[in-house]
Amino acid sequence: MSDDVRAAVAAGVMPADEAFRELLQSIVDVARAIFGAKASSVFLLDEESSELVFEAVSGAGADELVGRRFPSGTGVAGWVIASRQSLVIEDVGEDPRFSREVAESTGYVPKGLMAVPLLHEERVLGVLEVLDRPQRSRFSLVEMDLLGLFAGQAAIALSLLGRTRRAKAVLEGRDAALARVAEALEELEDRAAVDRLLVALADVLRS
Amino acid sequence: MHEEELPAWSLAAEEVAPVILPGAWPDGLTRDWAWGGSTGAGVRVCILDSGVERSHPLVGEVQSAVSIAVDDDGRTVVTEDEEGDLCGHGTACAGIVRSLAPDCEIHSVRVLGAGYTGSGPVLLAGLGYAIRTGYDVINMSLSTTKSKFTGLLHDLADEAYFRRTMLVASAHNLPVESYPWRFSSVVSVASHEQTDPLVFYVNPEPPVELYARGVEVDAAWLGGGALRVTGNSFATPHVSGICALILGKHPRLTPFQLKTVLLTTASNVGGADER
Repeated sequence: MSDDVRAAVAAGVMPADEAFRELLQSIVDVARAIFGAKASSVFLLDEESSELVFEAVSGAGADELVGRRFPSGTGVAGWVIASRQSLVIEDVGEDPRFSREVAESTGYVPKGLMAVPLLHEERVLGVLEVLDRPQRSRFSLVEMDLLGLFAGQAAIALSLLGRTRRAKAVLEGRDAALARVAEALEELEDRAAVDRLLVALADVLRS
Repeated sequence: MHEEELPAWSLAAEEVAPVILPGAWPDGLTRDWAWGGSTGAGVRVCILDSGVERSHPLVGEVQSAVSIAVDDDGRTVVTEDEEGDLCGHGTACAGIVRSLAPDCEIHSVRVLGAGYTGSGPVLLAGLGYAIRTGYDVINMSLSTTKSKFTGLLHDLADEAYFRRTMLVASAHNLPVESYPWRFSSVVSVASHEQTDPLVFYVNPEPPVELYARGVEVDAAWLGGGALRVTGNSFATPHVSGICALILGKHPRLTPFQLKTVLLTTASNVGGADER
């Protein structure tokens, strides 16, 4: 990849990261609203560290949870990752051990949760959870299907986010200076100015 | 149609279609013949899952518990499981089996907790271990989406079939390819919304073969407690429990014969006498 192309790619990658984050946020916001739930989260699976990372949170805990990590090998989210199966649990708060585990990782103790794996092609990318849906009536399979459809959307957003981050890492790894330029470009709101800068940058790099 | 657009394999109550059997089907193959009077005694059921909590009042005795890991050379490492259940799910499945087949043996093979990266190989290793140990029924509320494992899983499912081990596997209600529930050598299970634990339906349009109770099931969970749970993974142990009942009365049935009994005694099939 030539340097000017790399710079252009970097400039494209940085805003995409933000856009996919916004998409994920929108998905958890809508999931929470549709189910009338107190909170909803998307966890990203970090395969290298075997951890789940809060990637987007709506409702309770939204301010402090994004970026928090916990081990992916245990708990309900861990089971959903390993089994690729969705599940719904009610009255989770009645179980002291479950509550403690969740409280330790999130600071919030739910009474019930819906959890569905985020699958894209062959990979499991994370988990979508909806916490404390009001028990207005008997739970139905239609709601399970609805959650599955949301999960499909979230999985695509998470997959795009992952791709963007990998691209970003490659760019940063090869040329830290270029990544700094790209970051600076991200700050600029004036697209015309960005374009002029890119052309100028390309000229400098070619000379 | 709206229903066809949704990816679900689950079965809403109003969509149950009766399945008419050929006229020459043996009259004697009823639920009473199949499991009347059985408690599942003598049948060994394996819960391939997150572990099973010891001394849980809704599970009772757990005859054995091991945890599975895979070492750097790809070899299966089996150790006595001292951890119990790392999630609660395996305990829920064990409790459901126990509620249907009170005298069956319950054995736990834990495949959760070895870290994510090894989860596919650990699942295969655990299944291989369970098959070679010779359990009569393996409850598998798990699936994998990795196509590189499907060949190996297929071989394992066939091995189970020929060794007289019934693999009961959860179907997926997401629009992805996953295994082993799609194989014909296993019994695949999705959910219906009825509350009777002995109601199960045969699906005339596989790959999902059976629908069992999977919505708002009161199931055992960690700490000796119980929770209300929903999912295909809780429908599956209902079928495992019914398999244990049938094998308790007819211990020499092969998986093929056992599946025939299930399909014949399903609640929407002519051979179901009481329901």
